[in-house]
Amino acid sequence: MLNPQLNRNGELVHLLSIDGLPREVLLKILDTAAPFTEVAEREVKKIPLLRGKSVFNLFFEPSTRTRTTFEIAAKRLSADVINLNVGASSQSKGETLLDTVDNLSAMQADMFVVRHASSGAPYLIAQHLSATGRAHIHVINAGDGRHAHPTQGLLDMYTIRHYKRDFTRLTVAIVGDILHSRVARSQIDALTILGVPEIRMIAPPTLLPAEVGKLGVRVFHDMRLGLRDADVVMMLRLQNERMQGALLPSPQEYFKTYGLTPEKLALARPDAIVMHPGPMNRGVEIDSAVADGPRAVILPQVTFGIAVRMAVMSMLAGA
Amino acid sequence: MKLPDAQNLIDRLAGQMRPDVVKETALVGILTGGMWIAERLHAMLGIEAPLGVIDISFYRDDYGRRGLHRDPKPSSMPFDVAGRPIVIVDDILYTGRTIRAALNELFDYGRPARVDLAVLVDRGGRELPICPRYCAQALDLDRSQNLQLEKDAQGRLSLRLIDHA
Repeated sequence: MLNPQLNRNGELVHLLSIDGLPREVLLKILDTAAPFTEVAEREVKKIPLLRGKSVFNLFFEPSTRTRTTFEIAAKRLSADVINLNVGASSQSKGETLLDTVDNLSAMQADMFVVRHASSGAPYLIAQHLSATGRAHIHVINAGDGRHAHPTQGLLDMYTIRHYKRDFTRLTVAIVGDILHSRVARSQIDALTILGVPEIRMIAPPTLLPAEVGKLGVRVFHDMRLGLRDADVVMMLRLQNERMQGALLPSPQEYFKTYGLTPEKLALARPDAIVMHPGPMNRGVEIDSAVADGPRAVILPQVTFGIAVRMAVMSMLAGA
Repeated sequence: MKLPDAQNLIDRLAGQMRPDVVKETALVGILTGGMWIAERLHAMLGIEAPLGVIDISFYRDDYGRRGLHRDPKPSSMPFDVAGRPIVIVDDILYTGRTIRAALNELFDYGRPARVDLAVLVDRGGRELPICPRYCAQALDLDRSQNLQLEKDAQGRLSLRLIDHA
């Protein structure tokens, strides 16, 4: 099947999910992101690549951090950024998703950055645009339902490569609410494509997806066993807002079993790094002593995230 | 056509630049060929400021038609640009579009006291009002000809002419 994310020359035209992207494309994005990190060090933190382009941040679900980093990335590329909090406007008046997209396209949009509570919404938009002769408009998935959050996955890979260089010797442990996490799905896809030999999943059975057996990962319910000799520990946020029913006894109980404390982190390799996509629930999935400790690379993740998003936007707009 | 020896041209370029070098002078080489020359000039002229490097990929005027350069590299300006005399160094000066992009990028780091341009070869064919202050060799080449600076495994630089006619 033709991958809707790539054009005939194999160039990235939309970023919808990491699943299905060739390894070379992933590596190309990571390589391209590196020079963008330097732009932030200049007196004028702006380069002219996307001058005159309009980037619409189309957020059907609330988000501060992701929306802001996309906005900063687009602005550093000199694009005009329009933020739409759609949940609060047209949709509540009954407009359909594709009508919203058509209206914004008529305002000469060049790129949509889409977050939506329904898995597949960005795909639907990309398909609609190409079916209606507007294939020049690019779509970036900024998180759809439980499906994917590809730029988060990519910035995580950038961070891992920055600290660990070689993916093919690593043991990576992903800890927490994997069931509800689109971040985890994008991370697993990316780690697999980049050749990480051991991917571990540490979670209670109630927070693991039913299809976990097909993901090619090792599952641990005991955090102490799962963390042993890990090079990278990727924490996930406990997604309170997505919890339905009694999946967990209490946040305190969860912290006791699956919270990352200095004492549990000591079981990982001495040079292990700790990552978190944010926002953190201190005292629920992560202890402050770890979050603020020397092994945490949580703030560099945020900084790298801007460079990775700049790279993706430049590659799409130039394809 | 017999091409001049690149090392001789660098010596000549250094000779032209030497009288104007002051304590604050900084060199900025354009990746990749310009940086090779700038590295040598930096040592020959005893420049105090560390060498600056510019990759113009993010400032090209043909991004809209050709997309992002295949392999962008980070620029690096390891000195304070503001108030400093700066010499941009490139290997071959042709349309002038690369220099335009480099000037735009340089000014995003600060406001230099002055900016000059040093090139190994000026091959003509300018499309912008740009003129080098230092130039080791002028050559009159046809549009179908492509002049390149190359570096071999021993680090020796040489000019190469490719005829597309």
